Amino acid sequence: MAWETVIGLEIHAQLATRSKIFSGSSTAYGAAPNTQASLIDLGYPGVLPVLNREAVRMAVMFGLATGCTIAQVSVFARKNYFYPDLPKGYQISQYELPIVHGGSVQIDLPDGSRKTVRITRAHLEEDAGKSLHDAVDGMSGIDLNRAGTPLLEIVSEPDLRSPEEAAAYMRRIHQLVRYLGISDGNMQEGSFRCDANVSVRPRGETKLGTRAELKNLNSFRFIERAIRHEVDRQIELIEDGGRVVQETRLYDADADATRPMRSKEEANDYRYFPDPDLLPVHVDAALIDDARAALPELPDARRARFMESWGLSDYDAGVLTSARELADYFERVAGADGVAPKAAANWVMGELTAALNRDGLAIAASRVDAAALAGLLRRIEDGTISGKIAKDVFEGMWAGEGDADAIIEARGLRQISDTGALEAEIDAVLEANPSQVADYRSGKTKLIGFFVGQVMKRTGGKANPGEVNRILKSRLDRQG
Amino acid sequence: MSLKADEVLAIARLARLSVADAEVGEHAAKLGSILEMIDQLQAADTAGIEPMAHPLSQGQRLRDDVATETDRRDDYQRNAPAVHDGLYLVPRVIE
Repeated sequence: MAWETVIGLEIHAQLATRSKIFSGSSTAYGAAPNTQASLIDLGYPGVLPVLNREAVRMAVMFGLATGCTIAQVSVFARKNYFYPDLPKGYQISQYELPIVHGGSVQIDLPDGSRKTVRITRAHLEEDAGKSLHDAVDGMSGIDLNRAGTPLLEIVSEPDLRSPEEAAAYMRRIHQLVRYLGISDGNMQEGSFRCDANVSVRPRGETKLGTRAELKNLNSFRFIERAIRHEVDRQIELIEDGGRVVQETRLYDADADATRPMRSKEEANDYRYFPDPDLLPVHVDAALIDDARAALPELPDARRARFMESWGLSDYDAGVLTSARELADYFERVAGADGVAPKAAANWVMGELTAALNRDGLAIAASRVDAAALAGLLRRIEDGTISGKIAKDVFEGMWAGEGDADAIIEARGLRQISDTGALEAEIDAVLEANPSQVADYRSGKTKLIGFFVGQVMKRTGGKANPGEVNRILKSRLDRQG
Repeated sequence: MSLKADEVLAIARLARLSVADAEVGEHAAKLGSILEMIDQLQAADTAGIEPMAHPLSQGQRLRDDVATETDRRDDYQRNAPAVHDGLYLVPRVIE
């Protein structure tokens, strides 16, 4: 039987506020345990949560960027469950009236087409703390620094049909929250986490199959692998006459498999109700204007503009706008005086990206900044050095030897474009290779490459290749 | 509306309350009488009335995004039965 996979994602993005969603504790990552957990975060009796305006503004920015409706009134609710890293016994979340709902994003599919993925809703909630299960013999250690960190939970409709589409959607949301500057998207630190609801159904069936919820899909690679395994497991189960049960499964990256997380009798019953500690949130026009004013140029618009103003291909524009920092860097290089935009694109996507990957650096930590790279490209453009020599100069810049001009000077790499000097080198080559000269003149014109190579050898690669070709041809043809 | 014994036990479990078998009947009756009151409320015609999330007609006040709290871990942890290296200790939780 042919099966269809149906996937919906719930993405938790930690919002990049300075303080927590309901308290004045810092949200800085990596502090000593429990040093950023206040009475509110600890759930002491008698405390009251006060909502962080910035968290609301960031949620509204996301809503505006995805075409969501911004709720004029939204309500916080208590989601009740017991776990040691949730001191109050409930998580403050939103249930019936989320802050934004009903939007969409577009994803690029491998075949080059685009697909719209609907966003059901995005709501504000607080994060829980962390449990360290091997803290002390027989005991778990609880760190509540993360408790109360603002999260935006972004829920998609079950519009995704393959693990690849799920990963593409996850990347898209990741790109968007980073463009908006509302989350650092750091998956190692848990700032961007993803759960997937996965089910299968016979192709052609319109009713949804029973779904399993996969937790802990915290990398783009894992999400594809985990969903693929889960789909295989469900299909095998059904074809063997079994039935999928609705349950939460945890992806174990080491075992590369999913396993059930909670037993059935603990089936989730969160008993949501409006939190009496918090009044309904009224998003007024001023706040929406604030959020709208803070919206940067979004990835799709920037991509289109890169094609239009810099003359880039769709592919190049897509790569260069994949992250806001990369796009900013490119624009600083391409916009510099005396730099060809296409060369800027090639160098940023080529040499620069390779060097960053090799050293495991983010673009913000690049050893060659945009102005320095522009300085190098200017020297290619004005004929001081060839593109080939430029690669050596770039390596020198990367190693901290100085800017392009300093390295060109120090290493004596200035390209020889002076006609007199080049003619002398060329004449020496022609003189040393009389039989090749004769062969060339008898029709083996491909030998031009040999002569160019010889001149380059004599000049240490510094001869201007265009000039060498021109002079060689005129010499060889004139005396022929 | 009356509650069955297993429903009482399920509710107790969700609230982490232990209920002796002998008490189940009494709890079922008491909780059931609360639900009867709810049934009376349900009978009211609420069509066209917007659900009320809070009895006050004001909106939530928002605070500026400023970290104002200082580290008072040592004070707070004096209430904890067990701590270790700054962590609160609890009986081992198994995923």
